[in-house]
Amino acid sequence: MEKVTKIVVMAKQVPDTRNVGKDAMTAEGTVNRAALAAIFNPEDLNALEMALQMKDRIGTATVHVLTMGPQRAADVIREAMFRGADGGYLLSGKEFAGSDTLATSYALACALRKINPDIIVAGRQAIDGDTAQVGPQVAEKLDLPQVTYAEELIAIDDKEITIKRRLERGSEVVVSPLPAVITVNASAKECRPRNAKRVMKFKYALATSELATADDKLKAFIDERSYLHIVEFAAADVDPDPAQLGLSGSPTKVKKIENVVFQAKEAKTLTSDDKDIEALMQELIASHTLG
Amino acid sequence: MANFFSDNKDLQYHLSHPLMKRIIELKERNFADAAEYDYAPQDADDALDSYQRVLEIVGDVCGEVIAANAESVDHEGPRVVNDHVEYASGTVRNLEALNAAGLGGMTLPRRFGGLNMPVTCFAMANEMVARADAGFENIWGLQDCAETINEFATEDIKAKFLPRVSAGETCAMDLTEPDAGSDLGAVMLKATWDEAAGVWRLNGCKRFITNGDGDISLVLARTEEGTKDARGLSMLIYDKRDGGVKVRRIENKLGIKGSPTCELVFNNAPAVLVGDRKMGLIKYVMSLMNAARLGIAAQSTGLCEAAYREALKYAAEREQFGKAINEFAAVREMLKNMEAKTLASRAMLYETARFVDIYKQLAHISHDRSLEAEERQEMKFYNRLADGFTPLAKMFASEYANEVAYDSIQIHGGSGYMKDYACERLYRDARIMNIYEGTTQLQVVAAINHVTKDTYLEQMLRYEEEPRSEATAAMAAQLVELRKVYEQVVERVESFDKEANGYKELHSRRLVEIAGYILISHLMLRQATEVEADYLNAAKIFVKYAAKKITEAAYYINTSEKSDVELFG
Repeated sequence: MEKVTKIVVMAKQVPDTRNVGKDAMTAEGTVNRAALAAIFNPEDLNALEMALQMKDRIGTATVHVLTMGPQRAADVIREAMFRGADGGYLLSGKEFAGSDTLATSYALACALRKINPDIIVAGRQAIDGDTAQVGPQVAEKLDLPQVTYAEELIAIDDKEITIKRRLERGSEVVVSPLPAVITVNASAKECRPRNAKRVMKFKYALATSELATADDKLKAFIDERSYLHIVEFAAADVDPDPAQLGLSGSPTKVKKIENVVFQAKEAKTLTSDDKDIEALMQELIASHTLG
Repeated sequence: MANFFSDNKDLQYHLSHPLMKRIIELKERNFADAAEYDYAPQDADDALDSYQRVLEIVGDVCGEVIAANAESVDHEGPRVVNDHVEYASGTVRNLEALNAAGLGGMTLPRRFGGLNMPVTCFAMANEMVARADAGFENIWGLQDCAETINEFATEDIKAKFLPRVSAGETCAMDLTEPDAGSDLGAVMLKATWDEAAGVWRLNGCKRFITNGDGDISLVLARTEEGTKDARGLSMLIYDKRDGGVKVRRIENKLGIKGSPTCELVFNNAPAVLVGDRKMGLIKYVMSLMNAARLGIAAQSTGLCEAAYREALKYAAEREQFGKAINEFAAVREMLKNMEAKTLASRAMLYETARFVDIYKQLAHISHDRSLEAEERQEMKFYNRLADGFTPLAKMFASEYANEVAYDSIQIHGGSGYMKDYACERLYRDARIMNIYEGTTQLQVVAAINHVTKDTYLEQMLRYEEEPRSEATAAMAAQLVELRKVYEQVVERVESFDKEANGYKELHSRRLVEIAGYILISHLMLRQATEVEADYLNAAKIFVKYAAKKITEAAYYINTSEKSDVELFG
């Protein structure tokens, strides 16, 4: 039988910090999740697209999404299925609550050992924490090579992957053996939209705990269609060391949070060169700022 | 994060219309597809939920991709490279996004890879695409050519072409020629049977062909040598993969610049026949044109929506004399009228689309089994209404698109005349809508029969029987009076016409418009009865406007003597 390459995308449901109002933070200095819409972390969508491109190139591959979070984080998995993923894994339970990046990457690594993928893809960072640590930490914990700031998939076969990386001043092309962890930059291709047929096919997909509260008709419907069943892992399912999970596994402690008020919306650096000044003048005239 | 479906309550209202249940029943036929296709619905609620979700995808692609590309497409436009069309780069990105979303073949059966959605939903998709970029809607909306193939072609031809449309290939309908525009009976493109190859060969020229280099083209051609009228014309399919057609040039137009309007040269191009010979214009083009007219009504409604929103936004931001200009009564009145016209266009569009859905679907069913007497009655009933309403929907929406785009620039003032705001593009784009797929004047020709044969009058009486809320009661009574005015002027025109040949023709647009204003007003009252908070205000504004228009037209007719025929003779 032909080998099926198993691709797993690590994705996170995040509060939409791009549209924050004044009640975005609680008095305790943590994110007020209730006030913000929960969305698919933007760079994880870039990661999903790259994973789907890998599948398109390889042909015999599957793409699954792994997400850790409360029950409603299954939305991220359904969204990915609407856009092209084959299915997903929800890692959920109170043991995971309060995880910092160390505990998160530990929990994800435990789940990934169970799933045993050939390629792991993730967004560079999440817009709620902005740490960019989880992807690399997972790679370290699983002892896998990692390619960060991935911008473009150049080539892939069952042994290695060639990726163009975004650097501060330019780009570089690297080749990594597989399995590997790839973290994808926002400058990579945008994710494909939801597909009409996939939405109609997967709209009833539910994770195990969601299924428990569904009505009998829906339960029977999903039972007949295994592709509608989103796998759910509780902590015990991934054989962790409980001390390394959640708050107890998180050495990060928030000391204080301060509000920063931006003085300028965007900054531009100009040299004293006449050409630069001339260009600025023309830009201001064209935009009707001057004249 | 713009979504042109989620941000439009009016579209959602129309999707929830009670007649949708019947349409779903006919479209899904006991939900038999569910056993075979994993994306087919289980029941009516499931189907409606799927429609909603698919339209949300369309709304997302329109708001996020197509609208963002509209300006660059307008500037860049398509080009001819090596005898073929190269789309503007934004157009290519639009098509890629829609195809990734799997939105080809929206109305086609699942066995051809389609989504099996009603015409009503397809019209909604077209409306949203047009709101994002009216010129692009031409290219994408032409997938409804596949409906004509599905209705009239053999199973072999369907199996060959329809899955390709579902996969996102584009279509064209090659009808007009330099000497055959509104008068399609004069088409001369020659089709000759090639016995050796077993195909028809096309030779000649076509002009003003929208998306003329599309993958699959429906071509009106003369198969009967020596004939000169409509009876010698047949409908054929040309497949771009076969080659034989060159794009000689792309027209340089006032608007819808992203839509390539092509002059085509056919040189022994192979083609296959659709349906029966000699029925090309008489049967198939008529079917094609009715669908295309509904498409333009959708396009026009989308343009109204875009132009109205641009004006609304500008009027809220622009300050003069120390306040936002939307605080001035003159500006507010314009905005309210624009909104009412947009809602009116949409009300007429989807009422028509629902009629089309029911009779078309019954017609499809009649190919598989004979209809019950009741169903035959139903099909006839809705077929007649669809035929009567389609020209009204096209005419009103396309005229309103022009009026709303005109007022949108007016609200922008001098800035609206500059290239800095979208309203100037919308104004240019709107101008073709009351011209192509039959000018307003030709819609009147199609509609006037329904004045004389009482299609409109009977429907007015049916609307008068519908329940109306207390808040709309006075307007409902007014519409009864206006209906009597309509009956009176129709009678006058018909009796005068007997003695003064041409009198009816002279007043036909006025008669059709009076009928249209009354029918649309009824739809506005229906909406105001169902969701008062959203529609009562607009209904009041529209009925005032309609009453004024009707009174004007009736006055003109009632003071017009038989001798006026010569006055304009």
